[in-house]
Amino acid sequence: MTRERRYPDEPAGGFPAPPESFTDAAGRTIDLLAHGEGPIEAEIEALVAMYRNFDSADRAQGLPPTREPAVRDWLDALLSADAVNVLAWHDEFVAGHATLVPDGEGAHELAIFVHHQYQGAGIGSRLIRHLLGEGERRGVERVWLTVERWNAPAVNLYRDVGFETTRSESFEMEMALRIS
Amino acid sequence: MKVLLGIDGTEDSLRALPRTIERTAAAGDDLTIAILDHPGSDRDPEELYRRAREELAESTIEAPIRRISGDPGSRLVEIAETEEFDAIALGGGHRSPMGKITLGGVTEFVILNATVSVILVR
Repeated sequence: MTRERRYPDEPAGGFPAPPESFTDAAGRTIDLLAHGEGPIEAEIEALVAMYRNFDSADRAQGLPPTREPAVRDWLDALLSADAVNVLAWHDEFVAGHATLVPDGEGAHELAIFVHHQYQGAGIGSRLIRHLLGEGERRGVERVWLTVERWNAPAVNLYRDVGFETTRSESFEMEMALRIS
Repeated sequence: MKVLLGIDGTEDSLRALPRTIERTAAAGDDLTIAILDHPGSDRDPEELYRRAREELAESTIEAPIRRISGDPGSRLVEIAETEEFDAIALGGGHRSPMGKITLGGVTEFVILNATVSVILVR
């Protein structure tokens, strides 16, 4: 399917880049770090551990996959060299993961996942901003995403950081943002 | 069970084709394949027709292949109703580069408007 994707005219750049540490609403120290900069060698194992314990009610549009082999295949694709990944660490545990995956058309698709034990603590909004900051640092210019229309918390988060709705006639609405 | 499979040349519809044929053969169902209009598709209806015929030739079943013109969603719903199909089968959705599933407009229309069961083939 070929359909031209629209982006806002105005860039929404100036996002903070990792590393960054903060105390979340539950008093936990959270470190936002680009993939490869984490506190342990095998970051992928920490990610697999988070996704294996992911609340199935928090899945959206088939993600994250449920079975471990599928999680590993999916992460292999997400952690490719030309993708941008930022992880929210609580000690050696991954609390959240945000990613920009190249779409093959010069733009990047965004997704963010926060483990249910870490939701509602202000992690997601910082994580997404630092992902966009890391993307900006690495030359990402245009970002888009799809989100289920009824997922108000997610839609509000995306809107807060500057995403604009570019298509809304389907179950999944599409939002886009120009970094530069 | 009488099943109406709609294919329009999208990747997920092409995956649904052999899987539905396989399932039909295993279940002893009665399958009809509908080639749908899909403006802007890289694959023309003749190619889809050929592909459906080849897949059927490799299987143990026979099924009529019909070219359906007009609005794909409403035509599928209408044919299912008037010809007393038990279910409409469609591809299970497009996957984004990230792996997120999104449903096309035809699928949405059929899910919301069909009076028969709808099968999304994954």
